Amino acid sequence: MAMRKKHWQQRHITETIVKFAMRVSLVVVTASLGLILWTVVVRGVPALNWDMITQVPKGGYYMGKEGGVLNAIIGSLYLAVGGTLLAVVFSLPVALYLKAYVGDSRWGDYVRLSLDVLWGIPSIVYGAFGFTLMIAVGLRASMLAGIIVLALVELPIMTRAMDEVIRRMPIDLEQAALALGSTRFEVAMKVITRQMLPGIITAILLAFGRGIGDAASVLFTAGYTDRLPSSLLRPTASLPLAVFFQLGSPYPEVQRRAYASALILTIIVLVVSFGSRWLSARLHKYTIK
Amino acid sequence: MSQDNQTVNLEKSRRAEGRVTRPSAAARQRQDRVAKRTFFGITLVPILLIVVITLALLIRSWPIMSTYPLRETLFGQVWKPSAGQFGFWPFMLGTLWVTVVGVLLAVPPCLLVSIYLAEYAHATMRSVAKPVLDLLAAIPPVVYGVWGLLAIVPFVEHVLAPLSKRWLGSIPLFAVNQPTGFGILAGGIVLAVMIAPLLIAVEYEIFSTVPNDLRHASLAIGATRWQTIRRIVLPQVAPGIVAAVVLGASRALGETIAVLMVVGNVANIPTSIFDSAYPLPALVANNYGDMMSIPLYDAALLGAALVLLIVILIFNILSTMVLQRMSRRKWQ
Repeated sequence: MAMRKKHWQQRHITETIVKFAMRVSLVVVTASLGLILWTVVVRGVPALNWDMITQVPKGGYYMGKEGGVLNAIIGSLYLAVGGTLLAVVFSLPVALYLKAYVGDSRWGDYVRLSLDVLWGIPSIVYGAFGFTLMIAVGLRASMLAGIIVLALVELPIMTRAMDEVIRRMPIDLEQAALALGSTRFEVAMKVITRQMLPGIITAILLAFGRGIGDAASVLFTAGYTDRLPSSLLRPTASLPLAVFFQLGSPYPEVQRRAYASALILTIIVLVVSFGSRWLSARLHKYTIK
Repeated sequence: MSQDNQTVNLEKSRRAEGRVTRPSAAARQRQDRVAKRTFFGITLVPILLIVVITLALLIRSWPIMSTYPLRETLFGQVWKPSAGQFGFWPFMLGTLWVTVVGVLLAVPPCLLVSIYLAEYAHATMRSVAKPVLDLLAAIPPVVYGVWGLLAIVPFVEHVLAPLSKRWLGSIPLFAVNQPTGFGILAGGIVLAVMIAPLLIAVEYEIFSTVPNDLRHASLAIGATRWQTIRRIVLPQVAPGIVAAVVLGASRALGETIAVLMVVGNVANIPTSIFDSAYPLPALVANNYGDMMSIPLYDAALLGAALVLLIVILIFNILSTMVLQRMSRRKWQ
């Protein structure tokens, strides 16, 4: 009897300890998010001012004179919007093809495997690959090159995110449409796309968020300039690189601007993230439950 | 026959009124066939892309591979591009150290969190945790780098290094050989937080593939929850957990900007977690673009990217195949 009691206690003590450790881990993970945001806000806000988001760098900006990072903000938006649009052109057909034509088959698994592998390729490798492509076709560092490389970075993220929601669509809708005589293409375009629109939008915005924050891929491909982006074939600035370059400056004033730029970038990414949540919740009203 | 005529007439009158008519069945079939072929073609893009990227890097780094024996490049300890010496070894070790430290720091808490979310937490707790993890995953690498620079590097310098000096100074692995906080530990901590959302999400998915019947059976004979997890759930998902860790490691291997900002970038062979290191991605990012005048430099850097790519491809393919198999598993 005594032994049984001891055993009972021991396993319950273990249970309590483990549960406590789990809660602590969850707090640690949540706290690190809080710490990151806190650090960026506390260091970024004092350096943030109206000039930062409305001016391009003026003469002597990198020695602490006036100016802002409007060139990088606009450049990043162009790059990410361009990259995202280009990625959608490839992602949506793949995701639709997997659902409407392939289904859960071996072939689908191979495609998903290749997408997951692409997702894992670091953006610095995409950047290096993009640079070799640019040399091959004689393209200089430019917005176009940056957009193409960002599209490559975003492609697997967007496709897998779309695929994950689309493949969960109940088969009934698809079968009902097929039974009424629609072709698979019509099912893809008129049923799946509409029913899964919230998920598709979320996937697009997820990829956009990744694209706008990615530095390593645009490092050699998009270049950097103090002017506002004007042409697809000219270099363009981007926010992640603005943070990176300003941080490397020996002038404290410029470093503070790096923190402010990081805050701007974080705000954009958070707005996109929350915005996609809100938008997808709203769009759910128009889907068949 | 008359009915057919009637239909044709109806179509005609509609067309005359300017109303849109439906395309014929044959046209729709044709459209479907064209779409199928186009979609199939686009679906080949991701698969081809992997091959093309690997081949492009291979071709462009061929000069270095053909000039020096592979062993000399991979295991060479000296990196002096101007003298024609391109040894990857310090950089490969730097990558390995930072990745191992990051993964070791990330795995235990992430495993616990994913178990908690999958096995213990209520739906409300999950709906709170998910946005937190999503946001953590959404934060750009360069912001992680800023955080590392502003918070983690000083923390390592002023808190962890003195602590280690005081208590663990005699162990070479924890020896503090340089005064700054920039180094493997700072890089590892930043990486650990960066890969946490991925690890937790993948592990959570794996746990939810285990059918509830197994848990219920175990709980019904009086096991505690933890006993159920230890003896029933974990053995079922162990390969998946390993795969998730490998996947996280491959993400950590390739992380560039954030690590580059906190790891010190000194090309030596590290012996302690407080040493600075110079990982492969940082090498490529720091030097690519301004190396055109030195012969073979460009090929060497792309060779470094290729080494990184091959390791990551192997890690990724293996772990993804295990995970795919796990999620498709049929339970009797």
